[in-house]
Amino acid sequence: MAKILMKGNEAIAEAAIRAGCEAYFGYPITPQTELLEYMSRRMVELGRVFLQAESELSAINMVYGAACAGARVMTSTSSPGFSLMQEGISYIVCSEVPAVVINVMRGGPGLGNIQPSQGDYFQMTKGGGHGDYNVIVLAPATLQEAIDLTILAFDLADKYRSVATIIADGMIGQIMEPVELPEIEPPKRPEQPWALTGAKGREKNIITSLYLGGPNLEKVNLRLQETLEEIKANEVRYAEYMLEGAEIVVVAYGTAGRIAQTVVQEAREEGIPAGLFRPITMFPFPYDRLDEVAKSVEHLLVFELNAGQMLEDVRLATRDRLPIHFYGKMGGVVPSPAEVLAQIKKIASPQQGER
Amino acid sequence: MEKKAGFAKPEALTDALTHYCPGCTHGIIHRLIAEVIDELGIREITIGIAPVGCAVLAYNYFNLDFAEAAHGRAPAMATGLKRVQPDKVVFTYQGDGDLAAIGTAEIVHAASRGENITTIFINNAIYGMTGGQMAPTTLPGQVTTSTPFGRDVKLAGHPLRVAELIATTSGAAYVVRRMVTKPATIASAKKAIKLAFQAQRAELGFSLVEILSSCPTNWGLSPLEALEWVEENMASYYPLGDYKVIDEVKSLK
Amino acid sequence: MHEQIIISGFGGQGALFAGQVLTYAGLKEGRNVTWLPSYGPEMRGGTARCTVTLSDEPIGSPITDSPTVVIAMNPPSMEMFEPRVKAGGFLFVNSSIVSTDSTRKDITTIQVPANDIAEELGNERMANMVLLGALIRATGVISMKSAIAALEENLPERRRHLLPLNEEALRRGAEVVEKVVRG
Repeated sequence: MAKILMKGNEAIAEAAIRAGCEAYFGYPITPQTELLEYMSRRMVELGRVFLQAESELSAINMVYGAACAGARVMTSTSSPGFSLMQEGISYIVCSEVPAVVINVMRGGPGLGNIQPSQGDYFQMTKGGGHGDYNVIVLAPATLQEAIDLTILAFDLADKYRSVATIIADGMIGQIMEPVELPEIEPPKRPEQPWALTGAKGREKNIITSLYLGGPNLEKVNLRLQETLEEIKANEVRYAEYMLEGAEIVVVAYGTAGRIAQTVVQEAREEGIPAGLFRPITMFPFPYDRLDEVAKSVEHLLVFELNAGQMLEDVRLATRDRLPIHFYGKMGGVVPSPAEVLAQIKKIASPQQGER
Repeated sequence: MEKKAGFAKPEALTDALTHYCPGCTHGIIHRLIAEVIDELGIREITIGIAPVGCAVLAYNYFNLDFAEAAHGRAPAMATGLKRVQPDKVVFTYQGDGDLAAIGTAEIVHAASRGENITTIFINNAIYGMTGGQMAPTTLPGQVTTSTPFGRDVKLAGHPLRVAELIATTSGAAYVVRRMVTKPATIASAKKAIKLAFQAQRAELGFSLVEILSSCPTNWGLSPLEALEWVEENMASYYPLGDYKVIDEVKSLK
Repeated sequence: MHEQIIISGFGGQGALFAGQVLTYAGLKEGRNVTWLPSYGPEMRGGTARCTVTLSDEPIGSPITDSPTVVIAMNPPSMEMFEPRVKAGGFLFVNSSIVSTDSTRKDITTIQVPANDIAEELGNERMANMVLLGALIRATGVISMKSAIAALEENLPERRRHLLPLNEEALRRGAEVVEKVVRG
């Protein structure tokens, strides 16, 4: 199939449509607005549900409603909007209904700016809203990966009856590159005996996240944790690049991971044995594999577009057994490969580096 | 299809005992909704959405598919449920804190969009579940646990008249205010609830029935005194009436 | 081949569109391509620029601080990117509105009076295509044929009638380079 050139936000939207997304609810926010605009056109053309909500709060609760009906449903937003959605996401997870949320991250905190950032890593991978839970977090580095992971997100949401998210950033939202859009059969979805479709010929269904009394809520929590354990066992994904003989391994994801690939290549050209470990699932984080990789290398360099958030997971994975360096840029600043390469050189020959 | 009045339980109610306080009018209103659903023969296609507030457990009392929303978000959730299955009947059951404070944006925009859902709005001028704090509909001067000196509108703002507000939206088809203090007003409230569901069945747009309700426990009154308080104090600030009835709804009668 | 091309100008000068034409043309020629805008409030009246990568290899970083080719459409872009062009690379300067010259000896600088030529063509908005024509002729990163095909496919409907004018602008830009080369 021929490759076509698409903008990131539009590619994610089209991928969702091909994955059989039946309903989309959203609110405009840069740098993901093209996603909403694309949906406003295509979903209506296809006779599916599109609605621009009055806020991200409403959008996520519309998603919650549609999910309760058993629909394949999605919303998309950017960092400040993702914060507003935390309430709804917590309810959706506790209610065990499937939904997909795309976060095209921008610089923060506060209103921040609209440049690429990875500042929402903690919020996305450590729960985000109130209560004990995690959502599935998929981190694409290229548009093709964004497409593939968006489709996967719907399937994982269905499989685990939970929320699957895409952690993207402004660069992935705005970049254009050639992609292949898979032709997809109508999705094979699990049975949904729990859906609110009217109590016809069966007992009524209730979807709630209210469980009064300690033991009742504990039971629900134990079940949610069991699901998380299954997700951790089954869904870890990562990419590795030039790890053979690597002494310095860069750990980076998404846009930073993509930049790091060039960095590693350039380092190798200069004779520095560098490699790249790129987590694709940020939750579940590839702790075990990273630990394995770290056993045969001298240094890790964690590179993120934030102040060092995934850094904590890298330290956890390796129990700080080896030197872990960090290079990060905040506030929407994206460093060039040369800036990251300079960090690798500093690690490779510390006497030349400035301190 | 009208069933003869009697004390058989409507099919749309379960056998569960409610947790409502003695004299609270939630029970009456639940029953009215259930009777209407039975009479319209829509029990198997109706989905209710419970609020956060005293009616948070309403899903245990109705024999219907039911969801429990986040505080104030029932209209958004109803929107999602209804948009993906427009052939179903979807209603929200919300109190004054839920609908008129934290959920004001959701209710106004659901109405404004003409979302084809029904909202039963219970206005008892107080937060019941949390123990009697000021609601957006608490009357001027009314003593609550968070207005111990009486609601001073200069400090705490003015009560919100919801039916009047929602009636200004172009998407609303049917907006009325009723109360449930005696047989005649209860009968009138039931008619309104029925018309609101009929309007949804006819796909005419958003419908809302505001019902002035009592909270004897938090008002510190006996059940009978509380009903009198509704009639004497609430109905004067919140006049009963039909605030918006579009022609297509009128012709449903 | 691994070219990273920055096209930079004022918002409204068509830097982003010129980059898209380059990107589509590169795709037609079977390259790996990326097009990355700098976006933001500055898009209205401020600086608008994009980075285009054309490569025979899968593309890692779509951003660079040492582009192989730069088109500087206005003075701030000249100031920002002239020092960053990779040694051995190309710098195309819109000499109609950029008065400074490059002092660098390690790159090829080509002065293109793009706005003047566009005005001669009767449409000042063609300056981006004039510069792109010069870039194509001088660097050969894409062929003129692919550029024209990309234009045909990507001009918005309401600008379709401007296709011949766009083509003419590309040719006029190429001619500037030919004159430089002939001396």
